[in-house]
Amino acid sequence: MEYTLKTPLSKADIIKPRAGDVVYLDGIILTARDTAHERLLSSEKIPFDLSGAAIFHCGPLMRKNKEWSPIAVGPTTSARMSKMTPELLEKYGIRAIIGKGGMNGVVGALYEKCIYLAYPGGCAAIATDQIKRVKEVHWFDLGMPEAIWVFEVKQFGPLIVGIDAHGNDLYAEVEKRANERIKSL
Amino acid sequence: MSGVITKDQVITAVVQLLRQAEIELPDDVLATLKSARDRESNPIARTQLSAIIKNADFARENSIPMCQDTGVPIFFVEVGREAMINFDLEEAIRKGVARATEEIPLRPNAVHPLTRKNSGNVGVGFPDVNFDFVPGKNIKITVMPKGGGAENMSVLRMFTPSEVDDVKHFIIETVKNAGGKPCPPIIVGVGIGGTFDKSARLAKKAALRRLDKPSDELEQELLETINSLGIGPMGLGGDTTALKVNIEYAHCHVASLPVAINFQCWAARRASVTLEG
Repeated sequence: MEYTLKTPLSKADIIKPRAGDVVYLDGIILTARDTAHERLLSSEKIPFDLSGAAIFHCGPLMRKNKEWSPIAVGPTTSARMSKMTPELLEKYGIRAIIGKGGMNGVVGALYEKCIYLAYPGGCAAIATDQIKRVKEVHWFDLGMPEAIWVFEVKQFGPLIVGIDAHGNDLYAEVEKRANERIKSL
Repeated sequence: MSGVITKDQVITAVVQLLRQAEIELPDDVLATLKSARDRESNPIARTQLSAIIKNADFARENSIPMCQDTGVPIFFVEVGREAMINFDLEEAIRKGVARATEEIPLRPNAVHPLTRKNSGNVGVGFPDVNFDFVPGKNIKITVMPKGGGAENMSVLRMFTPSEVDDVKHFIIETVKNAGGKPCPPIIVGVGIGGTFDKSARLAKKAALRRLDKPSDELEQELLETINSLGIGPMGLGGDTTALKVNIEYAHCHVASLPVAINFQCWAARRASVTLEG
């Protein structure tokens, strides 16, 4: 199945797609990687809204002339954010996590709350075509890759549902089959 | 003066090399990805391979880096023993990297390992520059911008001589454990032998080898087994986990058997130029 979802995302939006489905996103996405996650967890107040939000594991390459423009914007390895994710989802109303490579031990935290969407790794050039506007940047003191960039996107994808809100994890299924294959060698 | 290679020549060449490497996926890599897409039986895998090929085309047509992780600039410099230079070659390369960071641009990727303070793309031992001496008067510079996701999954293990038969299993298991994290389809660079550090350097050189060079029997066997695991592009399942397995060897100590595995993501960026002396 193929879906186009629009932010802010509701529970009804993210409950429909199943692991393996294709999703395109319209609306707002916010980048957040390692140190941004740490700050999100330690902050009492944040200068942007994460309810119904789609966060993007991404450290973009940006350039500022008069205004910021995206040069290359692709996903980073999501597994690094695995440990911080359950608490992050508990604290904020994030409905979609975009990244690459899957995450460890988050199926329970995502259950009926959030979906994990895989953007094709390394495809940072085509993503710039899907970003219509750089809306804001926050926490720039963390450095260009680690800052929170707020992008307005149109038909952002293809995003593959890697982990759905029903407990299905495509990566875990792939790994299980790979393990069986190794045993048979 | 004829025959003398200048500092400006090196700086300009480094900027040009990085620009080419970041923007244009090498022809052998693109051709291998296209034939993998045409063979791939898994529909999800095909979406990933199609996006990768579309992205490579889009980057080239628009002169922008193909990946936001513009990598660690790793240089392999072959210096002719009769080459004439009167400047600090490594310093010129560092200047070229700094200029490329502004001009292309490149993402500022260098941080102190503990404080994580970002220093752009130049720092202590960053970029990584390796020198070899060769016959002749020329200087050949090769750059390999290496992304962090694939580099992070790399593994080195010191086997004992009685464990020769475990090496194949170790390579396959390491690829399986990496799953989708190193951005498959990957190139698996393997270094067998040498010392602890030499095996890693061999693995890196193996990952740099062109994909249209023929594989030996062991490389082919490993490639087929790895692709039978079904990890697929980005770990989402499929027939295409690796594009190539390349192995480099060196003799090692009678008591040792170092094996290093260096992962290269599909964005196998590399470019070379020869400066004539």
